[in-house]
Amino acid sequence: MRDGDVGSSRLEMTEHATCDGPECLLGGMAQTAADRPEPLLRAGNTNCGGCGMSVALNLLSHAIGTQHRIQMVIPACCGIVTAGPYPYSNYGAPVLACTFASTAAVATGLARAAQMNGESTRVVAWAGDGGTYDIGMATLSAAAERNEDVLYICYDNEIYGNTGGQRSSATPTGARTTTTPGGKVHHKKDILGIMAAHRIPLAASISLAHPGDAVAKMERALALEGFRFLHVLAPCPTGWKSEPADGIELIRMAVRAGLFPVCQVEDGRRWTIDVQPTFSRTDLAQYFELQGRFRGTALDIEQVARQIEEHWSELRALAAPRG
Amino acid sequence: MTAEFLSANHAAATAAALAGRANASARGFGGGVYPITPQSECIELLCKMDFTGPDGRSRGEIVRVESEHSAMAVCIGMAQAGVRTFTASSSNGLAYMTENVFAAAMYRLPIVMMAVNRTLGPPWNIWVDHGDTLMLRDSGWMQFYCEDNQEVLDTILFTYRLAEDRRVLLPALVCQDAFVLSHTMMMTEVPELEQVERFLPLLDLPHRLTHEPVTVGGMDFPHETEIHRHQHAAAMAAVPAVYRECQDAFEECFGRRPADAVEPYRMDDADTVIVSMGTMASTVRAVIDAARERGEKVGALRVRMFRPFPDAELTDLLAGAKRVAVLDRDISLGKGGVLWSELRGAEPRDCLVQNYVIGLGGGDVRPHDIQNLLDDLRGRDEVSAPRLMEVAP
Repeated sequence: MRDGDVGSSRLEMTEHATCDGPECLLGGMAQTAADRPEPLLRAGNTNCGGCGMSVALNLLSHAIGTQHRIQMVIPACCGIVTAGPYPYSNYGAPVLACTFASTAAVATGLARAAQMNGESTRVVAWAGDGGTYDIGMATLSAAAERNEDVLYICYDNEIYGNTGGQRSSATPTGARTTTTPGGKVHHKKDILGIMAAHRIPLAASISLAHPGDAVAKMERALALEGFRFLHVLAPCPTGWKSEPADGIELIRMAVRAGLFPVCQVEDGRRWTIDVQPTFSRTDLAQYFELQGRFRGTALDIEQVARQIEEHWSELRALAAPRG
Repeated sequence: MTAEFLSANHAAATAAALAGRANASARGFGGGVYPITPQSECIELLCKMDFTGPDGRSRGEIVRVESEHSAMAVCIGMAQAGVRTFTASSSNGLAYMTENVFAAAMYRLPIVMMAVNRTLGPPWNIWVDHGDTLMLRDSGWMQFYCEDNQEVLDTILFTYRLAEDRRVLLPALVCQDAFVLSHTMMMTEVPELEQVERFLPLLDLPHRLTHEPVTVGGMDFPHETEIHRHQHAAAMAAVPAVYRECQDAFEECFGRRPADAVEPYRMDDADTVIVSMGTMASTVRAVIDAARERGEKVGALRVRMFRPFPDAELTDLLAGAKRVAVLDRDISLGKGGVLWSELRGAEPRDCLVQNYVIGLGGGDVRPHDIQNLLDDLRGRDEVSAPRLMEVAP
């Protein structure tokens, strides 16, 4: 697609910039003539309204453009229900659906086969937080340690969404799930820190409210070699008990409040903050208020604010320029 | 063809590497590997093998993964991309791998796996027991049980051709007894690569994942599952005929004929038959020879192919039997021996079929143990519940 413009994002957008022109319809979500022949997520899929994973797939579709040929590996999760029943597929790309814990290993197989046969196929592993933080962790860690040529994207809706909304190790403290009816007690696992510790070429977090940054990072991740990990906070109205239309705004609030840091880590050492939060307490309060899952639980916003402060002092130290 | 002094573990790795190199001009060879006693020497040798192609590019990718579950997952990814794949495991490794063992069959991928039969634990026991692979009976894989190292090498080559045949397209499990074969060295004929290339057509997987936007392994509704199982069952049903074709082709390329799905021994006029699998069959044959010396009408059957189960062959071979002892080096707790429970129904009317569970946990089954159960069989008026034998330590 973008002749003479390889490597830079088509979606030159700042956080609140408006964008004219056909390429930026609907904030960059719409399929345009400059895009791949068919979207990665085809029309007619049965995903829930307001599904953050669907938005992430649309962003990925733009990042892939016509520049890459991809093969996807998706474990048992909402992402594979998205494909629809045999013999149909709602994905505009080949998908190998695998067992829950196997994503990174099956992707390894496809990637090695492509490498061995001189093919430029980019293998994209697409899994939720359950398949990444929990059951798939050993496999993910091993593939990262071997620096397999795989782009692993975790759409994190902080819940086992496909099985009806049970807690995962990505569920934040205070969130009510079907298995933490009083609200979760334990912390959310620091997945970016874990993946960065593998010293992979790129580990980054992506905000759906910042499509310019998101698509640029996806493009870069697609082009890099070795193991790349992207973490997407994906609103799930069903599990979060939130309005479908509020999803992107919720992510924006989480980013502004500093609750969801948007950053990247190269080779496990070079940390960069991509979006500076305002640490707005109003955003933090609203983020929780707009989601039914936090209602009536022992969530302590003051404590969350202190944790955000601590986490950011660590992040700033990591991202500080070195002499 | 050269004769080499090889353990069954090395015979298996040697066969896999030959099959892999024979696919170099197609989409190459590979697999995920993970160690477990008593299989580790197989994957260690594989990791020493050189798969560099004539142009300097790799034609074989052996991925050292973090678990058996991922070993099979890597095989699945590679096989779905059209690569010829191999892995090996044993015992608890197979148990841990099981989810993806089933998946491999459901994808209809012609993966070949060597399994060293070992007792499931805990408590930990590294010696032979067939319970680990028989646990995978219903996984949709073909299963073969070998009696010596040559058979291990030959069966791995043989099953690649069988598994990759378009009428079959099923994974194959090639089993051998822990230590009795895995760590025992025997003179083994190793074929030349040219012979293997002649025997094994290049793998051309019809449902290879390309760039067509299809989803492989997504969701089925009940009717689709009915059809998929029907197709899988039909592929299993096609195996015996393709097996015989492979025997002919193997004999033509290598000059020796792999055994039938059920291997008979001195079955002419035999009214008393001992049925077994794996290396116990060798001991059984020694006992049969001694009994024949005494003029007794005894014979033996070795079940080499367990899946698909050779019902027709067993029915034919047992047509004249009056008494049958089925030896199981395994136990399905709450039932009895697995081979025995599978075989029942193949015997003629009025034939007495007695199950002997023997050699569990690697107990050394010697000729006198077999003779004891043969005497027990001969003295019976009726069958009893499966007899759990103890062999002398």
